[in-house]
Amino acid sequence: MQSIAVIDYGMGNLRSVVKALEHVAGKNHRIELTSDPVRVLQANRVVFPGQGAAGDCMRAIDEYGLRETIIEAATSRPFLGICMGMQVLIEHSEENRGTDCLGFYPGRARYFGDNHRDSDGEKLKVPHMGWNQLYQRSRHPLWNKIDDGERFYFVHSYYFESDDKNLIVGECEYGYSFTCAIARDNVFALQCHPEKSAEAGLQLLSNFIEWDGQS
Amino acid sequence: MPLAKRIIPCLDVDNGRVVKGVKFVEIRDAGDPVENARRYNQEGADELTFLDITASSDNRETMAPVVEAVAAEVFIPLTVGGGIREMADIRRMLNAGADKVSINTAAIINPEFVKQAADKFGSQCIVVAVDAKKVSVDGEADRWEIFTHGGRKSTGIDAIDWVTKMDQFGAGEILLTSMDRDGTKTGFDNVLTRRVSEAVRVPVIASGGVGNLQHLGDGILEGKADAVLAASIFHFGEFRISEAKAYLQAHDIEVRF
Repeated sequence: MQSIAVIDYGMGNLRSVVKALEHVAGKNHRIELTSDPVRVLQANRVVFPGQGAAGDCMRAIDEYGLRETIIEAATSRPFLGICMGMQVLIEHSEENRGTDCLGFYPGRARYFGDNHRDSDGEKLKVPHMGWNQLYQRSRHPLWNKIDDGERFYFVHSYYFESDDKNLIVGECEYGYSFTCAIARDNVFALQCHPEKSAEAGLQLLSNFIEWDGQS
Repeated sequence: MPLAKRIIPCLDVDNGRVVKGVKFVEIRDAGDPVENARRYNQEGADELTFLDITASSDNRETMAPVVEAVAAEVFIPLTVGGGIREMADIRRMLNAGADKVSINTAAIINPEFVKQAADKFGSQCIVVAVDAKKVSVDGEADRWEIFTHGGRKSTGIDAIDWVTKMDQFGAGEILLTSMDRDGTKTGFDNVLTRRVSEAVRVPVIASGGVGNLQHLGDGILEGKADAVLAASIFHFGEFRISEAKAYLQAHDIEVRF
């Protein structure tokens, strides 16, 4: 029996993530929504989701005493960050007048801005909400059976920006190109919501369940 | 513009059953929410909205199981509206598997509710539904006000002021219904939609009045809507979502297939 822990730190709606994982996981997998550090580190795989603001997320992570647990999970087993669970892996976010994050990767989460426009000068709404194309920038087992340029469901106002370009495995365009998926070793994280991205999203979750953590 | 414009079918739910569902012959029970949701998902709906029209609060408890059943099988964003009055209502719907809730009357009664809800659950799951009606007469500058009770009761609140305020209060999206057009099948009020879309930072869903596919395209091109919501043209099998998408794509509108 393999287990997948979905880290629950009270941020947003995690039911969708659990339901989607249950949908794709076979009988040999147990999905557990937990905020218990021990349970998280007993799991074979860890999913780190998150919604809401960076400041609240970081506060919640500390209130639940999960900071070390998240770092340890991200250094030791297949680890999937989703949405805020990607952004807080970075050093710093511009959100909430500046929030220090986990610092697992160098860089910062930046705001699209109140006057975000495309190259034709058309106003772009913030949050970036809806189905956008995900361009695969390097090969990765989690892209297995997913077309390059496939649409995923996004909802966010901040985006991940790192000087470490080797982290980038996926990009998306909204006014400009931004990093929407990163990977290194046993970690894969993405800005969009695979649990809400219909078939392509379910495929990605299924790939994660089968992934051995080698990039 | 790689971000796709969204098509959102809206399903009316009464006492746990879809009352204006998809009328497809192969479906044994047209009132089954899961069947309806699955069908729309297969056709390429970008999101689903469930509107709880259950009149009595006793029967409201029937909405959570509906959401739960749909969320276990359909993996696209789900919004629930109707009867969302307090934080506990939001929590119940999110726990059942909804991704967003739409708040209408409760926001008018207490605008702070929107702020509290956005703070607590995040703006991404708070949709503010706005029912607007034109109040200016010919010769005057266009003006719309917010109405309640299905468009019968005016609040005296200016629609543009209201959506701006809701944006500032943390609404993640505005669901805008023209009460002048709702049910008329004459198309969205695109002047209103455009004003609202230009006034706010957040996405705007146009609603009310769709009678054909051109209306959907007009809402996006003229109304500058980010998403279009329709009920009856999809319910009665008049048009499939896939046909609507093909139409929009033929008119150079970015859609997801």
